Amino acid sequence: MTSRVYQTAGIIIKRHKFGEADRLLTLFTADFGKVRAIAKGAMRPGSKLGGNVELLTHSQMMLARGRNLDIVTQAQAIDIFLPIRDSLELMSCGFYLSELVDTFTEENVEDREMFDLFLNTLRELAEAGEGERILRYFELRLLNHLGYRPQLGKCANCSRLLLPEVNYFSPAQGGVLCHECGYPDMGARTISVNALKILRFWLRSDFATASRVKLSTELTREIKSLMREHIRYILEKQLKSIEWMDTLADGGHLNGDKAADQL
Amino acid sequence: MNPDFLPTARPISRLIQEFNKLPGIGPKTAQRLAYHLLQAPPERSRDLADAVLGIKENLKLCTVCLNITDTDPCGLCADETRDVTKVCVVEEPIDILPLERTRKFRGLYHVLHGVISPSDGIKPEDLRIRELLERLSRTGITEVILATNPNVEGEATSMYIQRLISPLGIRVTRLARGLPFGGDLEYADDVTLSRALEGRQEM
Repeated sequence: MTSRVYQTAGIIIKRHKFGEADRLLTLFTADFGKVRAIAKGAMRPGSKLGGNVELLTHSQMMLARGRNLDIVTQAQAIDIFLPIRDSLELMSCGFYLSELVDTFTEENVEDREMFDLFLNTLRELAEAGEGERILRYFELRLLNHLGYRPQLGKCANCSRLLLPEVNYFSPAQGGVLCHECGYPDMGARTISVNALKILRFWLRSDFATASRVKLSTELTREIKSLMREHIRYILEKQLKSIEWMDTLADGGHLNGDKAADQL
Repeated sequence: MNPDFLPTARPISRLIQEFNKLPGIGPKTAQRLAYHLLQAPPERSRDLADAVLGIKENLKLCTVCLNITDTDPCGLCADETRDVTKVCVVEEPIDILPLERTRKFRGLYHVLHGVISPSDGIKPEDLRIRELLERLSRTGITEVILATNPNVEGEATSMYIQRLISPLGIRVTRLARGLPFGGDLEYADDVTLSRALEGRQEM
């Protein structure tokens, strides 16, 4: 018989209105993985939970097991990542990270490594003040951790050692293809030597080492579209928060073409 | 408890079910309301039914501020005593009520009808931001007060709108973040306290 009340640290990755003033939270916790819980009265001003259960807050929480959903009885923020909240761009990265974690994980499966990766990523994001490189590194580590590591050493089709030339990347084959295998593959796209090098380097580096890499705009764009394609192939859908990130990256203006259609 | 199994006549249990669907009304309250109407004079039921139908039939959006109204422009926009140089941007029509209750604001409103929510796929185009920009370009508004809710979506929406408006040379302000009256410092969360410190005022 397990105790009815338990404590854990967790990061709020999703929250919905629930009833009049309650919130239904999705937490990624250090000790129990992804958990859904109710925060009663969290939307009332002056609620003790309120800001401690806001999206992307790292909180120490006490929860009570309920029949269906657990109930958050106490919460105390450990880190609120204020720099992320203060920036429209960083917050859009935060929305994306939480959607990634939510989509890739199952409820009630403990995963400490994933929690640490997620937490470190948020800390980095708050500290670095810039998202691109951090998001890409996180995506790669996430795939690696969950068993989707792209094959980057040998050709994913014929297992030949890859030459330092423009190769191909195929989400369907789960990695890089050599020129012979990749060229006829319609689902494959080119990958530059530098992009391949960086992905390999990131796979064996920790955060501090990985952040030493300086990426050119072109390389940033290449790795971004490559990872995005790969993730979309695995999930078989595009994450919703991507569009918002792109809107901001495009200069943050209302989509003129769409507006013209409406008028 | 499922009202289907209650030993009540079908019309009553139907009414109970309908009341039960309303926010804040549980099965017990629904029963009480239904039996109250049963005993009240028939006009009471008719008036209620009329009022319920009325909100669907006679209401539209004000063409100026997009508040829900039965006249166009709405009562607030038509009121000549109000300050037409200030506009307060809110998420939903219901947010106007508490602001009006303060009697501190004499300007006009603009209702966005939602908030940017990337995780739900709600984009700026889904809100009434374009209408706000159009309004700013053709009227003499000199200050926009952003009054979205103080949560991540509300903040994102405000920051985004601020970014769109600031090139127009119009003053953009937002409601202060701070401690709720009647609250307790001990229970204040870190974001609120940080903001309250940042926004502290000379006494």
